[in-house]
Amino acid sequence: MRPLLNVDEVSIHSPNARHAVLLDSVSCHVNAGEILAIIGPNGAGKSSLVSAIAGDLDYQGSIDIMGVATEPKLRARQIAVLPQLSLLNFPYRVSQVVELARIPHATGRLRDSEIVGEALTAMDADYLHDRLYTELSGGEKQRVQLARVLAQIWQSDDAEQGTRLLLLDEPTTALDLGHQQLLMRALKTFATQGVAIIMVLHDINLTAQYADRVLALLCSQRLAFGTTKDVITADNIKALFNVDSKIALHPNNGSPVVIGL
Amino acid sequence: MLTAQTRTICIVVALVPLSVLVALAFGTVSIPIYDALLALTHSANDASVNRSDLVIQQIRLPRAILAALVGALLGICGATTQGLFRNPLADPSLIGVTAGASAGAALAIFFASSISNLGGLSGLSLISFGAFLGGALAVILVYSMATNSRGTSVATMLLAGIAITAIAGSLTSILEFFGNDEMLRRISLWRMGGLDGASYSRVVIAMIFSAVVLTILPRFSTALNALLLGESEARHLGLAVQNIKIGLILLVAAGVGVSVALAGTIAFVGLVIPHIMRLLVGPDHRLLLPLSAAGGAILLLLSDTIARTIFAPIELPVGLVTALLGAPFFISLLRHRHDYGMR
Repeated sequence: MRPLLNVDEVSIHSPNARHAVLLDSVSCHVNAGEILAIIGPNGAGKSSLVSAIAGDLDYQGSIDIMGVATEPKLRARQIAVLPQLSLLNFPYRVSQVVELARIPHATGRLRDSEIVGEALTAMDADYLHDRLYTELSGGEKQRVQLARVLAQIWQSDDAEQGTRLLLLDEPTTALDLGHQQLLMRALKTFATQGVAIIMVLHDINLTAQYADRVLALLCSQRLAFGTTKDVITADNIKALFNVDSKIALHPNNGSPVVIGL
Repeated sequence: MLTAQTRTICIVVALVPLSVLVALAFGTVSIPIYDALLALTHSANDASVNRSDLVIQQIRLPRAILAALVGALLGICGATTQGLFRNPLADPSLIGVTAGASAGAALAIFFASSISNLGGLSGLSLISFGAFLGGALAVILVYSMATNSRGTSVATMLLAGIAITAIAGSLTSILEFFGNDEMLRRISLWRMGGLDGASYSRVVIAMIFSAVVLTILPRFSTALNALLLGESEARHLGLAVQNIKIGLILLVAAGVGVSVALAGTIAFVGLVIPHIMRLLVGPDHRLLLPLSAAGGAILLLLSDTIARTIFAPIELPVGLVTALLGAPFFISLLRHRHDYGMR
């Protein structure tokens, strides 16, 4: 089966300093229905890779998304992106923020507001529906933004050829433990509907529990890429984060669990 | 059922014709509102034409139309600039257009006074032309400074706008320094803004530009809504962000440029009106843009009426009145900004 996203030897140079390399010939791929987690220390090039896939950065090499439309509006029905930082500082209602995700669609007002409600419920943010975005806490804002990107690719029917790709840059940073689990479970459900999900994560155990594939980046280069069991090893953790650890197995599902020593 | 939002919209829209009537009725000579209405129906060569009809038809009506159009342009351009810069405290003058226009007008006043008599119509249109040229030049400079191969940075535009504003400001000051008393007076009067040059020929120019700006800008409402999220977010929603930015900058430059050229620099309309409207109906540009246009028209009509009547027969520059009305209101908004979710 051809992967939904294939990244082949992609290099990214900093647009400001000519010699700075943000990413050095990195390859990876992800199938429809899978979650790919990108891990690595700060400044390893994780966000740059996500930006390149999202089309925000120039790169060498090839990024091939199966069945992706070239027309920006149709493409927006297939690919949704959650950036690390949200700049929104205007007093929109929460429902209005999520509704922005339906701009590329032509599903009609009624269906759009249904989707807004469903996406907010999926992120446990339906009770925020009429609140002002600017008055929310950091974690609440992040859940609203997550609901927004989910709402953008909510239905498989809207996307040409059913291609749906979700790019999340550190989606769990402001979330509490309960909402982290809620998000990951919601993403897992979303993936089973045929969405390919790529996310930058800092929580190795969350990665180990939910990701199907892991890409480990170190100093702009690929350290490892493969299944969670292959990538999350004591040696790799030591190389990535300079932390001594022991890998145990999760009592329920057998996924690796990193225990810091 | 009438929601609070619908009620607000109805009130704002109804206030526009009311403000026009007030502007027609009040002045050095007060004319009852009924007579003012009646005067509009009389044709100029009618036998029944009296003095108040002439006052209304030849002086107050063009002035009221010009005030409404300039106010509407400033209001909608203000709302657009704030959306484009994602900054609720932005002002259309930020992209340098106002200062550039002032410098252009000052140059025209300085050099034209030697060739022609500035009191005449040609003198006035020369100043307007200089203002428009200066404003356009400033916007082009600011825009090209902030644009590279990767697109236009609105943050850089803001800083470039400040730089161009400073340069244009000192150019105007130099001209004031070397100008004679008459030039000095003309430049400073023009800087304070005023609608006393209103004539039907100016109304026609204002109408042409308003027709373009006021009909095209609202088409960018959805794009502006998405732009508030951030530029890359708007791009991820399938919008051609670079083209949208260019379109918005051109329209704002045209709108503000023509209003500065016709009425001088009028402070605070473009800043305060979108603020008030956002307070009333929220940041959704589909409502905010038309309501800001209506609100700008109302504020300028009422300010100009006050400017004409308060020390009658002496007229105050309308820019002084809008600043005096606008600034305290703006300060109170800043004090209560937490009440409507602004930090």
